[in-house]
Amino acid sequence: MLKLDQVSQAYGSREVVKNLSFDLIPGQIGCLLGPSGCGKTTVLRCIAGFEPVAAGHIEIGGETVSSPARRTPPERRQIGMVFQDYALFPHLTVAGNIAFGLGALGKEARQTRVDELLALTGLLENANKYPHQLSGGQQQRVALARALAPRPRLLLMDEPFSNLDVELRERLTQEVRDILRREGMTALIVTHDQNEAFALADVVGVMHEGIIQQWDTPYNLYHQPANRFVADFVGQGVFLPGMVLNNEMVEIELGVLHGMIPTDCDATGCGQCVHDCYVDVLLRPDDIVHDDESLLIAEVENKAFRGADFLYTLKLPSGARALSLVPSHHDHAIGEMIGIKLAVDHVVAYRRVTPGAPG
Amino acid sequence: MPAESSVLSANTPAKFKPAGVFAFARPGGWGAVALVIALLTVIPVAVIFSAWLTPEADILGHLTEFVLPELLANTFWLLLGVGIGVTVLGVSLAWLTAMCEFPGRKFFSWALLLPLAVPAYVLAFVMIGLLDYTGPLQTWLREAFGPMQLPQIRSRGGVIFVMSLALYPYVYLIARNAFLTQGRAALEAAQSLGLNRWQGFRRVALPMARPWIAAGLMLALMETLADFGTVAIFNYDTFTTAIYKAWFSLFSLSAASQLSSILILFVLILALAEQRTRSHMKYGGVGRAASHDRIHLSRRQALLATSYAGLVFAIAFLIPLVQLLLWTSEVAATDLDSRYWEFVRNSLWLSGLGAAIVCVLALLLGYAGRQKPGQFMQLVQRVATIGYAFPGTVLAVGVFIPVAWLDNVIIDLLKSQGWQGTEVLKGTLLVMLLAYAVRFLAVGFGPVDSGLQRVTRNIDEAARVMGTSTLSLLSRVHLPMLRTSLFTAAALAFVDIMKEMPITLMTRPFGWDTLAVRVFEMTAEGEWERAALPSVAIILAGLIPIIFLAGRGENTHA
Repeated sequence: MLKLDQVSQAYGSREVVKNLSFDLIPGQIGCLLGPSGCGKTTVLRCIAGFEPVAAGHIEIGGETVSSPARRTPPERRQIGMVFQDYALFPHLTVAGNIAFGLGALGKEARQTRVDELLALTGLLENANKYPHQLSGGQQQRVALARALAPRPRLLLMDEPFSNLDVELRERLTQEVRDILRREGMTALIVTHDQNEAFALADVVGVMHEGIIQQWDTPYNLYHQPANRFVADFVGQGVFLPGMVLNNEMVEIELGVLHGMIPTDCDATGCGQCVHDCYVDVLLRPDDIVHDDESLLIAEVENKAFRGADFLYTLKLPSGARALSLVPSHHDHAIGEMIGIKLAVDHVVAYRRVTPGAPG
Repeated sequence: MPAESSVLSANTPAKFKPAGVFAFARPGGWGAVALVIALLTVIPVAVIFSAWLTPEADILGHLTEFVLPELLANTFWLLLGVGIGVTVLGVSLAWLTAMCEFPGRKFFSWALLLPLAVPAYVLAFVMIGLLDYTGPLQTWLREAFGPMQLPQIRSRGGVIFVMSLALYPYVYLIARNAFLTQGRAALEAAQSLGLNRWQGFRRVALPMARPWIAAGLMLALMETLADFGTVAIFNYDTFTTAIYKAWFSLFSLSAASQLSSILILFVLILALAEQRTRSHMKYGGVGRAASHDRIHLSRRQALLATSYAGLVFAIAFLIPLVQLLLWTSEVAATDLDSRYWEFVRNSLWLSGLGAAIVCVLALLLGYAGRQKPGQFMQLVQRVATIGYAFPGTVLAVGVFIPVAWLDNVIIDLLKSQGWQGTEVLKGTLLVMLLAYAVRFLAVGFGPVDSGLQRVTRNIDEAARVMGTSTLSLLSRVHLPMLRTSLFTAAALAFVDIMKEMPITLMTRPFGWDTLAVRVFEMTAEGEWERAALPSVAIILAGLIPIIFLAGRGENTHA
């Protein structure tokens, strides 16, 4: 449905998007995730047709809409867009906003479609209110309904939840996902919030400095990050120094980890090295579990109570820090020594950035 | 606006095409449009200063020897007196109505704005009529208490008295907003530190409101410098009357220009000071209404407050209005004739035409800033809207000279084609309308620009994504969203032009006498009664936007 092929975009001499390629199949929800300034909003604006592309091309529904040579204007792309600030028309009611893009329909068909969307988004009672009379969450739903009304081929959402408070954000994320599913909508969402991306999207592209670092499912992004940036940006975790013993074993302070050492780790990383190679090993908080029986002990340096569990910051014997997620009935005081054990499924390792022997 | 535009410019690539709106005009085109509008303001000033390149020695000598010393002294005392007067009146009334509770507070908080509708020149002749030796007050006093004499109203003190009463609303309006909206938290912090409300006012609220008060004061002083009608009625010579005399009695454009250039120096200093103080104005703690914790005055204090506010309201608005109505009823039978309706028609026409021009220019300038944001455009917009500071007499001279020059060029050109005539542009409304446009562009630009700020780029793009063409974007989104702003801009400009005196007086073509011109002519002959009828019409028109303004103020802050 959407296909980007080697798309680049530059503001003057500054390249903000470099050789970007990905595609979405019909009904798929994709997400571009990255820190601010990574170029993700520019990609969205290129797809919408507000920005030209400097190289490569963009297809929507098999038809090329953007290339350096020609650009279909936004109004002829049949896409919907939800803006960060919603950009609702303040002079129109909720119903008026939703009907705005339905000019081509007859009066009756238009009314039917508006009612459909009002029902879909739970706004039936607010049809005749003006945007300023609505709460933030309601405005968000109007923006979504307005974008969906003309049955676009593709829906684009730019940081759609960033103006909402956390609790509302979580609830709406679910709602929006359900609505998109029910409409069978292909959608691309841009966000800097990983929870949002994981909750909404089938497939996520992590962007950094104008490049998609990894285009993958949320699960793989977390467990098999393609490079250090993705590992750092997605989820929590620490890097511990380690040494490769052979292509199935790597030794770190806490013991020897077994499992395939990805030969292409760090995407380029330690492809050449087979053994005796210094690496950094990624340890997620759930890779270290609490075990009173264990001989491995570490000092509780800090702890954050999160309801169901504690997130402990542990000080290892070498002085290195690690995180551990522990069920909340294991309440240990700061300074206490506790037993820990490794529970690593996938070994994720990258070439050392700072040289030195594993501690 | 600075934050907004810097965000836009950061997102605007070199190749950004305006999102459909006026896509035919590239950003460069919009820059040119804005520059042309700014030139309307720059050219008159440049022309006036260029008069020094060709000085007429004898006139200049006469000016410096006999005229300038008096003008400078008169202007200095006027500015000082009016400055003190408007500050004391404006700040005290603003504090009382914003922060204290006393009988009639709600009424006075908007009623004290009403004097804005009474032009200073109207208040001037009413006061002279009332307070002169032969006026009703002194006559009554003599009858009641025997021979006595009040201080002469036709004096420096009289001018200052009248202008302070006419101009204090500028300070009042802005200072009151400041007291209501800013820094309530700071005031509460002061109380928690042991200061009582009066100490809090003196040591916290007043210093915090200083930039606002200063801004209001600058506006009032600019109006003082620009005033022609009042000082003309009082025969109190200032630069504006001197320019008028140089224009009509000496027929010396050069002398008029040189006097204008001195006046405009004063004005520019004030305008710069005003823009500087504006940059210090920051809103804090907006939104909390002060109504429920106003200071409750003691009975005696409350009585004093009510009498004080009532006295100012009565002298600045109520009594003059009643007097005007009385005079009007005396002359209505004879003066309400076809000539009067001609004045009304001319005033309406010119104000309508002027307001339309102001709206169009304000829209163009606003869209230019929207389509091509950046520091350069901000500067251009600032220059283009500085005209509100220029006195009408100065603008009349500064616009007339280049148009006359252009006229001669055209005539020469036409004559070479065998055409015979003496003027093309001079006999038309062009000079007057151009001068109006320069003087009142800021009045229209303010509301239009803030209206345009609400039409964000995302709103444009939202409409475009839904398949909207440029034309229907303008008609379905922009026009409805800008309607209120445009209406406000038009109403404000309309009323200001209606009140305007010197530009109209100096540059109107034959047969274009307006209500304001009629007021000038009647007061010049001391016929107060006959000046009353046109004055009432001007005041009625002027009340409309003030009622709007007051209503809006109450809704947001009461």
